[in-house]
Amino acid sequence: MKHALFGLSAMLAASTAFAETVKPTDVIFTDGAVDVSLSGLAGDPAAGAEIMNKGAGNCIACHQISALSHLAFHGEIGPPLDGVADRWSVPELRGIVANAKVMFEDSMMPSFYKTEGFVRLGDAYTGDAHGDGDVLPLLTAQQIEDVVAFLVTLKEE
Amino acid sequence: MKKTTIAIGLVAVLILVPGLAMSGPDDDSLTINGEISIVTETEAPAHAENLSTIYSGWRFRSDETQAFQMDDFENPGMIGVENAMVNWETVDGSAGESCAGCHGAPEDMAGVRAVYPKWNEEKGEVTTLEVEVNNCRENRMGAEKWKYTGGDMTDMVALISSVSRGMPVNVAIDGPAKETWEQGKELYYTRTGQLELSCANCHEDSYGLMIRADHLSQGQINGFPTYRLKNTKLNSVHARFKGCVRDTRAQTFKPGSPEFIALELYVASRGNGLSVEGPSVRN
Ligand code: HEC
Ligand code: HEC
Repeated sequence: MKHALFGLSAMLAASTAFAETVKPTDVIFTDGAVDVSLSGLAGDPAAGAEIMNKGAGNCIACHQISALSHLAFHGEIGPPLDGVADRWSVPELRGIVANAKVMFEDSMMPSFYKTEGFVRLGDAYTGDAHGDGDVLPLLTAQQIEDVVAFLVTLKEE
Repeated sequence: MKKTTIAIGLVAVLILVPGLAMSGPDDDSLTINGEISIVTETEAPAHAENLSTIYSGWRFRSDETQAFQMDDFENPGMIGVENAMVNWETVDGSAGESCAGCHGAPEDMAGVRAVYPKWNEEKGEVTTLEVEVNNCRENRMGAEKWKYTGGDMTDMVALISSVSRGMPVNVAIDGPAKETWEQGKELYYTRTGQLELSCANCHEDSYGLMIRADHLSQGQINGFPTYRLKNTKLNSVHARFKGCVRDTRAQTFKPGSPEFIALELYVASRGNGLSVEGPSVRN
């Protein structure tokens, strides 16, 4: 009995955590900014730093970041991100990472928390069609929060 | 004394602004075998509306990569040309013909690469060199088609390009080809895939800049086929298009598809005025 109860409350906890994740299609932008954490949790700057260099994040493909100067080959397409936390608030940074095209019209920056409205969507980098399955955003809600937590550390003043 | 200070000041600026030294095309000029001079920079044709100057991709490569293309003995793409010379002479198919049987020497093809893709009156559509090669193989030689981006095909296109090196690219975009050209233009500016990037995002808005470890060129095709040091083989235009579209996390079009043929015509036309350069060498 006790066991069963414990199981139930664990399930409840899991489902509340799930409910707090804002779905890509439900994100509310105010002037390009997003006020609430997408995962309902705080971000981890160390995990965010990893994403800057890897996988579907790969932010340094386009941005230079002095704090990550130990990593090779920073691109030049977007502005350098040094001091970015002096220029933008946390909600603004979250909005830019989730969907930069809301803040910057027609931006070349990919929308990392978006799942619809694509032309000829592929199955990752295979070149094949995506098919009917669920479309996952480039980064998860928690990964967005991790990246934002890292960006917050980029202060110059 | 004063001069030195200025010089040092300049070096400091170059170091302070990371990437500045890499930006844009370099100033090198290309002559192949000490005799074929190649136009790698010229005024953009009027229909390339958003460009003022066009550059060959050669100008964005490192000195080491560039050097491979300056001498045919160093250019690994010339091995493909030699392979194709054998096929040029070889009788294949039910008609007992070879390319040489109808066309004479490969040099008689001089000028052909420069005007393709081109409107084919008989077929009533724009065709590429690959389509024409297969048309000869199937309908004139009674031989089997080659795979569109296969080795024999790309080698043959390299041979046909090599004899036009130094001639200006000059594809026609008006008359019956206009509709296809418009379709290609539409594709060039369409942002595809989950990364929502168009050809123009990388090759028109951002050429000269680094994207991760890659120095973006204008994505011109005057140098095709290109021998890439990365995959150590000759690469055809449509194989390159496929790679670039795939990298936007999109569903690509097929090599030889009407879409890629239209895109090839459009991209080729953006290079009108540059020299035919294939087989070129890239990384
Ligand atoms: C393909 C290129 C590209 C990639 C990849 C990219 N960005 Fe950007 N980013 C841009 C461009 C371009 C801008 C400038 C905004 C504009 O005008 O479009 C920008 C702007 C920004 C800004 C605002 C900077 C400022 O100083 O105003 C932030 C913050 C940012 N990006 C973060 C990121 C993060 C974090 C990632 C990865 C998760 C990322 N970017 C990936 C191209 C890119
Ligand atoms: C995400 C960025 C990106 C996009 C989008 C993109 N390319 Fe590229 N492309 C590259 C990179 C990187 C290279 C290798 C460096 C170079 O030559 O620019 C390249 C190379 C090329 C080349 C070889 C140029 C040469 O001299 O060898 C061609 C041709 C080309 N691209 C055409 C296209 C076309 C057509 C499209 C759209 C269908 C396209 N690209 C979309 C990044 C991109």
